[in-house]
Amino acid sequence: MTVQERPTEQRTLERVTIRFAGDSGDGMQLTGTQFTRTAAVFGNDISTYPDFPAEIRAPAGSLPGVSGFQLSFSSTEIHTPGDEPDVLVAMNPAALKSNIGDLPAGGALVVNEDAFTPTNLNKVGYTTNPLTDGSLGAYNLFSIPVSTLNARALEGLELTNKQVDLTKNFFALGLMFWLYERRMDGTLAWIDDKFSKRPVIAEGNKRALKAGYAFGETTEIFHERYIVPPARLRPGVYRNITGNEATALGFVAASQLAERPLFYGSYPITPASDILHQLAGYKNFGVKTFQAEDEIAAIGAAIGASYGGALGMTGTSGPGVALKSEALGLAVMVELPLVLIDVQRAGPSTGMPTKTEQADLLQVLFGRNSDSPLPVVAPATPGECFRYAIEAWRLALKYMTPVVFMSDAFLANGAEPWPIPDFDTLESIAVPNRTEKAGFYPYLRDPDTLARPWAVPGTPGLEHRIGGLEKADILGNVSYDPDNHHRMQVLRQAKIAGIANDIPPLEVYGADRGELLILGWGSTYGAIRSAVERMRGRGLAVSHAHLRHMNPFPANTGDVLGAFRRVLIPELNLGQLLMLIRSRYLVDAVGYNRVRGKPFRIVEIETEADRILAELKAGVR
Amino acid sequence: MTETRNDSPLDLPVLTRKDFVSDQEVRWCPGCGDYSILAQTQKVMPDFGYPKENIVFISGIGCSGRLPYYMNTYGFHTIHGRAPAIATGLKAARPDLMVWVITGDGDALSIGGNHLIHSLRRNVDLRIIMFNNRIYGLTKGQASPTSEFGKVTKSSPFGTIDYPISPLAIALAAEASFIARSVDTHTEHLQGTLEAAGKHRGSAFVEVLQNCNIFNDGAHREFTDREVRDDRTLSLQHGKPMIFGKDRNRGIRLNGHQPEIVTIGEDRISEADLLLHDETDPLIAFMLAHIYWPEFPVPVGVIRRISRPTHDELITNQIEQAIATRGRGDLRRLLAGGETWTVE
Repeated sequence: MTVQERPTEQRTLERVTIRFAGDSGDGMQLTGTQFTRTAAVFGNDISTYPDFPAEIRAPAGSLPGVSGFQLSFSSTEIHTPGDEPDVLVAMNPAALKSNIGDLPAGGALVVNEDAFTPTNLNKVGYTTNPLTDGSLGAYNLFSIPVSTLNARALEGLELTNKQVDLTKNFFALGLMFWLYERRMDGTLAWIDDKFSKRPVIAEGNKRALKAGYAFGETTEIFHERYIVPPARLRPGVYRNITGNEATALGFVAASQLAERPLFYGSYPITPASDILHQLAGYKNFGVKTFQAEDEIAAIGAAIGASYGGALGMTGTSGPGVALKSEALGLAVMVELPLVLIDVQRAGPSTGMPTKTEQADLLQVLFGRNSDSPLPVVAPATPGECFRYAIEAWRLALKYMTPVVFMSDAFLANGAEPWPIPDFDTLESIAVPNRTEKAGFYPYLRDPDTLARPWAVPGTPGLEHRIGGLEKADILGNVSYDPDNHHRMQVLRQAKIAGIANDIPPLEVYGADRGELLILGWGSTYGAIRSAVERMRGRGLAVSHAHLRHMNPFPANTGDVLGAFRRVLIPELNLGQLLMLIRSRYLVDAVGYNRVRGKPFRIVEIETEADRILAELKAGVR
Repeated sequence: MTETRNDSPLDLPVLTRKDFVSDQEVRWCPGCGDYSILAQTQKVMPDFGYPKENIVFISGIGCSGRLPYYMNTYGFHTIHGRAPAIATGLKAARPDLMVWVITGDGDALSIGGNHLIHSLRRNVDLRIIMFNNRIYGLTKGQASPTSEFGKVTKSSPFGTIDYPISPLAIALAAEASFIARSVDTHTEHLQGTLEAAGKHRGSAFVEVLQNCNIFNDGAHREFTDREVRDDRTLSLQHGKPMIFGKDRNRGIRLNGHQPEIVTIGEDRISEADLLLHDETDPLIAFMLAHIYWPEFPVPVGVIRRISRPTHDELITNQIEQAIATRGRGDLRRLLAGGETWTVE
């Protein structure tokens, strides 16, 4: 490392993407989260992508133990955490090895050279030290003895060597704060709060943070500092929010808008557990949480709570949905309101529990015995999880049906600035219980919605029996009559299909007709929208439509698709929405499918869309 | 009936058995033990003082699962083995309701074993009535988890190789606060047992020995038939010596920690030598859960009855505590929680 003599210069950038990578015990998630908060409060638009292993502490220094946190902050509106980092902070050889492939030539590479010991190099198969063998020549390398410098800064504190070492992530964070001219006070206050009962630890972390900052200031190894000005977001009060946080808040809001208590039954499963943790803290909102003995009991208890008149809810990931399927079918049959959250992850089976995928769509639509229709909603961004939590309950209550709310690991853990909604402007979703005795029949439907009445136990004169056996239309007694079964199957189907008239039409970004429409759903929104923005910037006739209601589809979906020469459907699965669209609308849509456990990069979508446009131009197909 | 259990106004009309009979035709096989259990259940219902709209019957799958259709209360015939889970959610949401779970040996101990255990350990305020006929009836005669070892059934033509489970021992291991056993044909005893279960606060587990006259006829005949029942069952009463027999002259004594059958009047044995039943003693409960015909008379009645907080009480307490310390939740403040910033 050469110390530059010239003074540090300032440069203004529109957007910067940083990736922090280290051992899963190195605190990389925390480091990333702190930088994110600071950038958000400063007023940048942000988008984050935490990427961590399922192992809590894989062997130290090993490749499987590498944990990463990528964040993009910008002075303009952004939709993704960035395709590739501008800066990679690698705390050990394993982090370097598994991330260097994503750093473009010329990118800044900050490494903790103290961790590049023969043992650590050997663990990941480096035969020579990449910091000195010239193999990193394409990058702007800043090799810094972080551990040594940090230990020196903490001298005199009553901390063990191990405790000192655990603070080095804050040294790296401090250095990044200096590099991007960020204030440290938010993080300093956070440290004081977090370690209020252990002042020595707090002092250690604060010294580490300040030492990293001071190092940047005094050594002048960086000859430039960067400013990313605040973004011009829509006016309002903002906070930073992850998808799981927005989901939990959305369901508490739904409970208030429905004027019914929330009951959440769940069994721990990655990446849905945080929703349980968060809701368990909201007891003063009357929220009842129940950590069940298994996935089946979790949905069973939720059904019981809904039967009693509460908002019965359960949350899980794909493997848990499989276990809950029979009970979900029961909810379809007895027509009780219920919401199931599926935070999707890479599968099948246990798959890659911490990695993202959107391959449960067909499971939630069809993974039950018989024809068993139910509505499905799928928010597109972390912040949208709030609105669609309320939407899920609106549909469940109005139509007396279980509803599936689909999120995924990327939405669940990713964060963005969120304009805090004004609760007073949110519409009520309350429905009354049936109390009128005259003319009551358990399956006498509302003529408009086809919903059956909700008569909860405790209502005098409405004693009746429901269950999984087929029931006679209107009367609700057990029935094996063939024509009745046919009628009931058709009615259940028609009830759900009718929701298409009660949801917003599918909107098109860009021209509503043209060469190519990119149709997406769920967390791929950001990458698709960014790709389409770029291509439209290049004057290409590309548009974007994004489905949030997966069943039923908005009533105008067929018309939207029909106005384009080609429809491209990128999905993090092997073509599930593609199959539905092709069969439903007889549209010759094409898929772009990747299942790498990672979100799409913008450039992937853009390249595929360019290829299709070229094909169309050449008259191929 | 204690006053705390009764949320109904004092001028509640007096209900009778007929009020609890639904308009649905009962469709069990003629001669099935379930008829008696249904009749005794309907008979004791007025005794609890609950208005019938506040009573809910939840069942799983199997012949027993049909019972809710025949009760003129709220009822929910759910899916196989899951009734305790569904009832747990209902009771958590609605502590005001009296909730009964109707299940069978296959439903409760095979497919639903996990839910049974966990509802009992949580002391969910449920009355769980398990019909034990030691066979799968509705699926036409396969071995159940309580079938005797070596039993020949449709699914075990060479005899079962699975050792049977003791329902009471399972309930005890799960720390159920009320455990009892009765017999379908012993109608008075069954009524008394259901009444005791109904008045208990917390999980009440009742095993009802029930005959399936089609697929396992005489399942419990050897010790339940009129001629032999007094000699072969041990009717328990809290604080009373464990006496049985037509002549009330036989009893259970502890020899070291082993139970043994003794005869009063022989070998200078008197009533004072007999073991006293104590519904709160876990060792006695463990012993009673494990003795069975033909080595011992089959214990019937309340085996264990203790008091501990119920699941719904604990849920409610935590919520009240949270509101008392933090104040009632304010959603506007929650939404704006953490660090915020304003864009002009």
